[in-house]
Amino acid sequence: MATSTGSGGERLGDLPPWPSDEEGPVFDAPWQAQAFALAVKLSELGHFSWTTWTATLAEEIARADARGDPDDGSAYYHHWVAALEGLVADRDLIDLVALSERKDAWAEAYRRTPHGQPVELPEKS
Amino acid sequence: MHDHRHDHHHHDHDHQDVPPDISLRVKALESLLVEKGMVDAAELDEIVDSFENRIGPRNGAQVVARAWTDSAFRQRLLADSTAAIGELGYLGGQGEHMKVVANTPAVHNLVVCTLCSCYPWPTLGLPPTWYKSSAYRARAVIEPRDVLREFGLQLEDNVEVRVWDSTAEVRYLVLPERPGGTEDMTEEELAALVTRDAMIGVARVAAPQGSDS
Repeated sequence: MATSTGSGGERLGDLPPWPSDEEGPVFDAPWQAQAFALAVKLSELGHFSWTTWTATLAEEIARADARGDPDDGSAYYHHWVAALEGLVADRDLIDLVALSERKDAWAEAYRRTPHGQPVELPEKS
Repeated sequence: MHDHRHDHHHHDHDHQDVPPDISLRVKALESLLVEKGMVDAAELDEIVDSFENRIGPRNGAQVVARAWTDSAFRQRLLADSTAAIGELGYLGGQGEHMKVVANTPAVHNLVVCTLCSCYPWPTLGLPPTWYKSSAYRARAVIEPRDVLREFGLQLEDNVEVRVWDSTAEVRYLVLPERPGGTEDMTEEELAALVTRDAMIGVARVAAPQGSDS
């Protein structure tokens, strides 16, 4: 077990090797930080343990390695998102069909929204 | 609902760029989990904001420092910002169409956008929360001097304020004035002085500590 570097429930040191420098995690884009926050929060709230999370992420990365994906760190947060989708489905928090439909709804919302207005999903009918 | 408010939007270009697939997957996860009450959106924002300065590169500071030390680059930067920033290899994501506006003793530039999707994060990193707030978005245009004062920037009356509203096609970056007392500094040292707020235009670049010239 690696040493703990995070505060509270976040034991960042338990994670597979990831993009960071001496001051902590670095993110190349906002979505990476959002995905990071989701996993931390869901774990803090007890939807899954951090140990479960790191194991799930490690499995996802191992699968990617087995597929021959580049192991240069660029795909780390892609694996993170895939692991998160798998885990929320596995825990019956959200099913994968709903996720896919919601993704399409967001894409449509972006296409539909004029510049200068917040992108929002339509009200459910 | 057919009211898409096309009254002053004539082209498809005025609509939002659809983010990359991976970004939409994260939005889908987050919005569903928030809707089901499993996570709190504000608490997620809090975590993300705690990494505000850790998201995205601060390449803009390198661009500014280069412009301060290389007058030919500065000219190219102001003439064709996208190409000049591209010279340094800092394009991509949503930073493709850049326009750099230079502060002078007579002109102060301020950047606003009604949406964070128009923030040039490949050069500036993650937009701060206040940049996305409706208060800033509305007031920066109407009463920029008051907004700047609240940021602690008191402009003399004879300084003209120019407010640049980012569009889907153009993202602005302010080239701040080089502070006094930095004549002997290297490009790298200068880049360390340049703050995100200065490149948005809500601050000036402060002279280095210990400098009294």
